[in-house]
Amino acid sequence: MGTTYSGRDGSRHIRKEGITGFLIYLGVGLFVIFCLAPFLWIVSTSLKAPGQLHTKPPQIISWPPFWRNYVDVFRGRPFAQNIWNSVVVAGWATFLSLVVGSFAAYALARLKFKGRDLILSMVLAVSMFPGIAIVSPLYLSFSRLGLVNTKLALIFPYITFSMPLTIWTLTAFFRELPMELEEAAKVDGCTPVQAFTKVIIPLTAPGVFTCAILVFIFAWNEFLFARTFMNNASSYTVPVAMQLFEGVGDYTIPWGQIAAASVVVTLPLIILVLAFQKRIVAGLTAGAVKG
Amino acid sequence: MGAPVTAGGKTRRGKGLSESQLGRVLVTPAVIVMCAVVFFPILATVWLSLHKYNLKYPYLGQPFVGLDNYVKILSDGRFLNSLKVTTLFTVSSVSVELVLGMAIALLLNRPFKGRGLVRTAVLVPWALTTVVMARMWAWIFNSEYGVFNAILYGLGFIDQYIPWVADTQFALWAAMGADIWKTTPFMALLLSAGLQTIPRELYEASMVDGASGWKQFWSITIPILKPTILVALLFRTLDAARVFDLLFVLTGGGPGFATESLSIYTYRSLFVNLDFGYGSALAVATFLYVMLISFIYIKVLGARTER
Repeated sequence: MGTTYSGRDGSRHIRKEGITGFLIYLGVGLFVIFCLAPFLWIVSTSLKAPGQLHTKPPQIISWPPFWRNYVDVFRGRPFAQNIWNSVVVAGWATFLSLVVGSFAAYALARLKFKGRDLILSMVLAVSMFPGIAIVSPLYLSFSRLGLVNTKLALIFPYITFSMPLTIWTLTAFFRELPMELEEAAKVDGCTPVQAFTKVIIPLTAPGVFTCAILVFIFAWNEFLFARTFMNNASSYTVPVAMQLFEGVGDYTIPWGQIAAASVVVTLPLIILVLAFQKRIVAGLTAGAVKG
Repeated sequence: MGAPVTAGGKTRRGKGLSESQLGRVLVTPAVIVMCAVVFFPILATVWLSLHKYNLKYPYLGQPFVGLDNYVKILSDGRFLNSLKVTTLFTVSSVSVELVLGMAIALLLNRPFKGRGLVRTAVLVPWALTTVVMARMWAWIFNSEYGVFNAILYGLGFIDQYIPWVADTQFALWAAMGADIWKTTPFMALLLSAGLQTIPRELYEASMVDGASGWKQFWSITIPILKPTILVALLFRTLDAARVFDLLFVLTGGGPGFATESLSIYTYRSLFVNLDFGYGSALAVATFLYVMLISFIYIKVLGARTER
């Protein structure tokens, strides 16, 4: 939208610019507060002792900070184990999803072959698929195969449900590479396979990395399958542990500890976001917007 | 949906695979995974839904009952309620997210300093685990010590604290609020990326013709942005229609059945009642509901999802 005021009067021009500028910063500021405030409130809550939590109205920041919540989170429950489970499951799911997805994305972006449309329709169908529609047969199969409470029971569904994300993001990245690359490789005597492994893969490392972040976050956050296929406390992943987080030997809800646990499990995500915000935004918008 | 089918790849003679063969080999693993985890299991769900099968009573076996479960669904008040809850949640959340997201996208497309901070801020609600977020909001909405009550009370909007998530009247609205918080920034991000592709000259030309900002918005921005809006809306609508994590953790579907979405009712039927026959029929119903939404977006509204 036009941001300049096209009036002839210079001083009015500047004043209007000033007011618009102020309103923009006000709006942007409010938006940033809208996004961050609830999480900052949890950070503040995580540093409150039970007594400091139960005040009316609530204290914005309680002094002294009650660091013990961060220690107690790991006491009397396998919370560290749960975090490790999530790291392993999300790590493997990401790795395998990228391997499987990058093959398919390369084919879809750069090669002509029969059945291309069918594959695209399948990917689209998976992206729209409600997970709840398949938990019953999956649960029965996993029980029969003895996979309940194993990480494989999560890794398989996560690879599948991240396929649309991986394939779409990588296809967009692969398409951006100039076609001449493979032509040149062919001229130099490469087979299509070699063109893929020796020329394309190294060049798409940034795209693959972006995609890895997105898949990791998806797998880290997934709840429905994790809740269904994991039913003992030491196999839980983070979302399940967080849902079932309760006091140890105590029936009141330990809000301070829940908040501390929330901060602990959100930290990896915040670090990813801070370090790779530009890539994440590029990856998220790559599929949705065709420039 | 797809691009027109182009004839199979050139079959070049030479060492290694031809282009067309390589293409098919490369997509095979993805096809296998998707079939094994999604396409065969949905058929299995349909098969299960044609049986009476309760894990609580294994001695009753698994007799075939045809469409009995589906007949039962149609007169199941709890199912109709979950359909209503899901639809209300989806329509309300997504429309607010679209309008708010559009306003924010227009704002973010103005020149200002500090884009890095804004980008980070946008990504925090998006990246946050829904379960974690739901517990966080449960504390914010707490009836005794929740900061939401304190703020509204302090500003004089309410006379007494309200148990937002424990009240039949408010629980669904509280959940919508949490959903809007989590997904509006993302919506704004997508729309703002779309806005950046609109050439500036279009606005300059129409400004010469004396078009107002509002008119420009409806005659330039919206038509050009329509494909982006439809795709963003499609996926947001599907997410909302599948809602599980947020409601399961924030309200547990309650109080009563006030926030019991299709996914939650299905889940409870399967894993609380252990009724795998009827639960699978509910799962199929949820599947059809979601597919109907996709159909409307793609065939009726013309959302183009081909990448």
